[in-house]
Amino acid sequence: MSILALGMEGGGEGYTPPGVGIFWEPLIGHDATAITRPVFLAVLSVILISWFLLATTKKRAIVPSKGQMATEGVYGLVRNGIAKDLIGSHEFMRFVPLLFTMFMLILVNNLFGVLPFTNYPTMSRIGFPLALALIIWIIFHIVGMQKHGFFGYWKSLVPAGLPKGMIPAIFILELITDLFTRPVTLGLRLFGNMFAGHILMALFIAGGWYMLQSGGVLVVAGGVTWIFAFVMTLFEMLVEFLQAYVFTLLAALYIAGAVADSH
Amino acid sequence: MHVLIIPASGGEGEGTGFWATAAPIIPHPVEFFFSLVTFAILYWVVKTKVVPRLEQIYAERAAAIEGGIAKAEKAQAEAKAALDHYNAQLADARGEANKIREDARAQGAQIVADMRAQAQSEAARIVDSAQKQIEAERQQAVVSLRGEVGRLSTDLASRIVGESLHDEARQKGIVERFLAELEAGEIAPVKIGKDS
Repeated sequence: MSILALGMEGGGEGYTPPGVGIFWEPLIGHDATAITRPVFLAVLSVILISWFLLATTKKRAIVPSKGQMATEGVYGLVRNGIAKDLIGSHEFMRFVPLLFTMFMLILVNNLFGVLPFTNYPTMSRIGFPLALALIIWIIFHIVGMQKHGFFGYWKSLVPAGLPKGMIPAIFILELITDLFTRPVTLGLRLFGNMFAGHILMALFIAGGWYMLQSGGVLVVAGGVTWIFAFVMTLFEMLVEFLQAYVFTLLAALYIAGAVADSH
Repeated sequence: MHVLIIPASGGEGEGTGFWATAAPIIPHPVEFFFSLVTFAILYWVVKTKVVPRLEQIYAERAAAIEGGIAKAEKAQAEAKAALDHYNAQLADARGEANKIREDARAQGAQIVADMRAQAQSEAARIVDSAQKQIEAERQQAVVSLRGEVGRLSTDLASRIVGESLHDEARQKGIVERFLAELEAGEIAPVKIGKDS
């Protein structure tokens, strides 16, 4: 139905493609204090994830049911495939809840982008991924300083064995990476992928709808566009999973770098 | 239902506000805040409930597998002990059977030897008694023969002499003496008929 509305918007005078405006969906309140649809989706995702994880792990069966097997599969991916491999079997366990939460939250909110009725990737609003990136940024600084001490942490940014003259330059570069590049890219990567993916799909579907309504040869073009939209949807699901994975992987990588003995 | 209502309000009601056209890179404060809140809630659920449960499953499964292996090893050890026990019993039984067989053989040999000795002594006894009897009978025959021969010779001599020598011969013990001499070999047999 949103497709209909989007298509109709441009129906009057020529075609207006969907723009950033399609992401602005306040439900309660106005402007900066509005509670928007992605907020509801984020809350819904937490309810769904909590329910699923608790329901499937309730029995704690040694021979798992299908649901438990699914949860164990995802958990195993994050625990062994990401946390243990990157952080190392010595310290990884205390970061597993963090990484598993990140992965589940991002994955489900991403998948909302292609699910019917939700049909909106929460992470396409910069506020969400930015907050998550900020959490990771704060955590890897804290654990790094716990490990190396406050000054030791900044010292550990510079690789050992550099010529003395290069240390200041490298330190500045590493400092920019550490303080700025990492959190910003972590948040922006997720946001950008979801934003672009969603707007692309909106464009394909709304454009297809517009062409189907225009009649004539454009009907064929509209049909082809919708076929593309379907393919894009499948592709989008892959991207949504991949971005959740990449975010978690990089978060683990940053933590691993902070707790490593030397860079 | 969201889908139906929202674009309407989004498209018309708020369509012209700052946030509707703001650069998408500007974070909306409520969304930013709720991102932190939802993360915190989910993190709490995962950390206090889900991860402990899953780790418990991991640990229990590992324990179950290790326990199964230990159980199998124990069963194997028990089976081996039982086998050893049976083998030992079998060896004992075999040894006992051998011993019994040896005993029986020795006993049999003993019995045969005893029987043989008994038979031999019996035979010796029988032979001995027979000899004694024969000797006694011979003695008896000799005695009776001696009397008979004495009487016959006396009869014969008295016939030849014509007169009874019985009394005289008995008085003088001639016959007895003769026979004694005869036994001692002092008298050579004399042909009587032809020379006289």
